[in-house]
Amino acid sequence: MPLICDPFDPSATHSDGCGCAAHGGVSQLQGADRMAQIVNTAVLRAAFPKATSRRRFLKAVGATTAAAALAELFPLASATALAQDAPKGLEKPNLKIGFIPITCASPIIMAQPMGFYAKHGLNVEVIKTAGWAIVRDKALNREYDAAHMLSPMPIAISLGLGSVKQSWQIPAIENINGQAITLAVKHKDRRDPKTWKGMRFGIPFDYSMHNYLLRYYLAEAGLDPDSDVQLRVIPPPEMVANLRADNIDGFLGPDPVNQRAVFDGVGFIHILSRELWDGHPCCSFSSSAEFAQANPNTFLALTQAIIDATGFANKAENRKQIADAIAPTNYLNQPPVVVEQALTGIFADGLGNVVRQPLRAGFDPFPWESFGVWILTQMKRWGQLKGDVDYAQVAKSVMLATDARKQMTALGLAAPAANTKTFVVMGKAFDPATPEAYLASFPIKHV
Amino acid sequence: MTRFAAPFLSIVLLALLLGVWQISVHDTQPAAGMDPEYAKLMGLQATAGKSAIPTPLDVAAKLVQAIRDPFYDHGPNDKGIGIQLAYSLGRVLLGFGLAMIVAVPLGFLIGMSPLMGAALNPFIQVLKPISPLAWMPLALYTIKDSDQSAIFVIFICSVWPMLVNTAFGVSGVRREWLNVARTLEVGPLRRALRVILPAAAPTIFTGMRISIGIAWLVIVAAEMLVGGTGIGYFVWNQWNNLSLADILMGILLIGVVGMALDRALAAAATSVAWRE
Repeated sequence: MPLICDPFDPSATHSDGCGCAAHGGVSQLQGADRMAQIVNTAVLRAAFPKATSRRRFLKAVGATTAAAALAELFPLASATALAQDAPKGLEKPNLKIGFIPITCASPIIMAQPMGFYAKHGLNVEVIKTAGWAIVRDKALNREYDAAHMLSPMPIAISLGLGSVKQSWQIPAIENINGQAITLAVKHKDRRDPKTWKGMRFGIPFDYSMHNYLLRYYLAEAGLDPDSDVQLRVIPPPEMVANLRADNIDGFLGPDPVNQRAVFDGVGFIHILSRELWDGHPCCSFSSSAEFAQANPNTFLALTQAIIDATGFANKAENRKQIADAIAPTNYLNQPPVVVEQALTGIFADGLGNVVRQPLRAGFDPFPWESFGVWILTQMKRWGQLKGDVDYAQVAKSVMLATDARKQMTALGLAAPAANTKTFVVMGKAFDPATPEAYLASFPIKHV
Repeated sequence: MTRFAAPFLSIVLLALLLGVWQISVHDTQPAAGMDPEYAKLMGLQATAGKSAIPTPLDVAAKLVQAIRDPFYDHGPNDKGIGIQLAYSLGRVLLGFGLAMIVAVPLGFLIGMSPLMGAALNPFIQVLKPISPLAWMPLALYTIKDSDQSAIFVIFICSVWPMLVNTAFGVSGVRREWLNVARTLEVGPLRRALRVILPAAAPTIFTGMRISIGIAWLVIVAAEMLVGGTGIGYFVWNQWNNLSLADILMGILLIGVVGMALDRALAAAATSVAWRE
């Protein structure tokens, strides 16, 4: 008895004997015919879950009529094609993806336990990593096939800033908003950033939105982030421990780290990053251009899985379920109540108030090229990037906006029609068409 | 009486330490007048005034829990403590083994040739005090594999004590014995294996004992940096969760395993010891 038998054979029963190849079990049919039969079987069994009634129906009407009748009800042909499409020609179905244990990476992490990778035919191991420099090195060394990176990182790597020069891409942004400035409890009466001279702040990495946003915020308050305060690079998981030890006065960090500082009574949330720039990108899903070229089908399936998961994560009603999926030791290793507060936006602020801000964290996969241009202006502003740069060209080559739109549309998500947009950061409008003018408009900078 | 005095005193000291620890961990007063909805979103440290430092009983509970199921595997980032220790031990033994293969023959060469000894000495003295964490970025960049980098770092840190001790032991072999060997016209290979090696063995083993201790120190630091697996990763992962009870349990296990490694080499050293 073959494993996959003729679904329209009324005498067929399930699970007769072993289906393994050694016992001649695997269907003699190959390729498309075999796939058609699998789909037919699934549909027929769904229509008649009880074996006895299915056999009776087949005997009564005959196989051909049964197939025709089912085709009326269900698009057999296209279902067969879709089923074939998914796992077709995956060059590398087993992948390793590195992540930092923060909620920014929710889509990358949850896609494993919640089955988004499996749905797109991939078997992915998500590997927790100790810090951004290690993520970068392991990704460059190809220990990881793709990685969770801060969105400025692929741009920096593509330009050869702070690493060897390699072409990296952002097929999808992970999250928007979802960061905050957290201060030690002892500073709760020192809410005006103009009074922050001499304070020490943690940032996760030099090439991070956190660095640029904190510098921007301090500079707007008239402080020079390079001479008036101290900025220290501290991996997110170690931020709360450093805040407790009074090693830093605060940090602009990712969640759930901000919420964890509140949860342990160590700090309070001074301001959410969405109040600085609503809709700012934070982390990205990144892969090397080389990986995408060598494994086009795998890259496509992986991008689809991530965009699929990101779309799911953006729905408010799914947030609690996601928090429960990613809180265990294997992923974030945080109390579920902390992750839940960060994701649902109903949270304790550390000052005795319960804040309701459903837009605290968002997940939008579209990699706007304008994000890349803004990041480049800040890299230049703070002296990370010297000399002339073709803003639009670099942004276009890293942010795969056109491809993301195609995949988002295919997955039924609303995608914007353009690759660029204008936005407002702390009251100042940014136009990606005039980056140099934007850069020149800042009084505090180290170009 | 004297035979039991030291163990007895050890137990008394342990009891005293645990007692002081248990007493000194105070919970503060619960926060008064906190909005119940707000309190639900906060941790026990903020609401019930629970101390951030665990008591010895908390640590013991974690230890029992970890030992009860030491080999579970809940995915690539969450494995039982037994598996983590096995990963760390595997890396240490590999790095240490490689260091031994290099250090013992090279140490022999240096010990037997005063010229080589003097020429290589500056390099050894500069390389010896370098921290494993300083080697790590270089190793990751050049070796391009985090696991091999960890092993390389163990190798590079544990090679020096063995090298120096082997050279010292070999160069310190008594002149008379070498002269006796010469008068008996013993060949150079036989002289090395039958005269010098047994004479220098206790010193070589002392070097190995120091090296395995360093290797075990290094692996925890290396694993905290590169992550993935191992007892160092375990401690880092619990740091991430600010779970001091788990961290203390990790520290205890690191100490116990380190002691076991040291005891094993000490036993090996006594088996080759000799008396005049």
